[in-house]
Amino acid sequence: MTRSDVQLMLDVKAGDQQSFELLLQRYRTPLVNFLYRMVRNREQAEDLAQEVFLRVYRAREDYEPSAKFTTWLFRIATNLALNSLRDHRYQKLETSMDAPIVADAEDGDERMMEVADEHPDIEQHLVEEARKKMIRHAIEKLPEKQRAAVLLHKYQELDYAEISKILQCSESALKSLLFRAYETLRVELAPLVARMAK
Amino acid sequence: MSCEKMETRILAYVDGRLKEGERAEMENHLEGCAACRVRVNEFRAVDDLLDELPMIEPSGAFNARVHALVAAEPEKRKGWLAWFTPSPRVAFAASLLLLATVWLGSLSQRPQPVIAEQDLPVVENADYDVISSFAPLSDLSQVPDDDANDNDASQPQQPQQM
Repeated sequence: MTRSDVQLMLDVKAGDQQSFELLLQRYRTPLVNFLYRMVRNREQAEDLAQEVFLRVYRAREDYEPSAKFTTWLFRIATNLALNSLRDHRYQKLETSMDAPIVADAEDGDERMMEVADEHPDIEQHLVEEARKKMIRHAIEKLPEKQRAAVLLHKYQELDYAEISKILQCSESALKSLLFRAYETLRVELAPLVARMAK
Repeated sequence: MSCEKMETRILAYVDGRLKEGERAEMENHLEGCAACRVRVNEFRAVDDLLDELPMIEPSGAFNARVHALVAAEPEKRKGWLAWFTPSPRVAFAASLLLLATVWLGSLSQRPQPVIAEQDLPVVENADYDVISSFAPLSDLSQVPDDDANDNDASQPQQPQQM
């Protein structure tokens, strides 16, 4: 029987290292992906995800299951990501506009090997890559809080109550935040949206 | 339902997170509002586009790095042993308190120097020539007798006897 996150955390609190290992396995991929999409740097995302797990471990003795484990976990992750973005804002300004494309190109290379077998048509592959790049850039251009809201809503599938606790805002403020984010994405992705919405 | 109210529910509708009653109300509105129908289709398209982004896998060393960080954490002591756990903050505060005590103690124990009368410095005012500023004896009569005047002024005036 699968133990709940809260039960695992309570077991960690009681000194069970194996339960911490299970939480690590369960959340390492969602956390790294969330942080990667927040900070747009793979290495930095991994560093931040490791810091999240360390903070969870450090807080084990004071842990009280007053909220959902995922709310707590992603609240730590969101705060770390927002702080990191603030710290690196000046560095980002100095980086050329092409920098994210370099990062994307790395990802593209990784996927190129996978896709090459599936899509022998290189032109089709390039079109798909350009499309993904456009989506990534549209997300990246969102204000930080809107970006976090979209990522938590879309990819972590957290409910509104959870996300509003993570972002420390009311549910109605969150709905408004998400609406504005989707409006921005609709405009940014207009060429793709127009084709799909027909 | 107004188009404005629809905006707060559109995303939940696209996600299928609306309650049954809210969903029915939304669909009623959409039947009569072409603009909102277009908006819903566009939001659905955005949602589908977001699904196209691939997931990344953490690097092979990820778990090992977390294990190393956790292993480097100091073991927390429980119960009365925790009282003996050295804490940098407490150590710093104790050092400051000790220094302040030593300093205050040294202030109160320092012997006060005894000042002998003959050691008192004589204040000399080089700019003031005492001798030359004395009025010559011959001019004494011209010098107003301030003291006398003062004394006169201070005495209640006696009625003059005629």
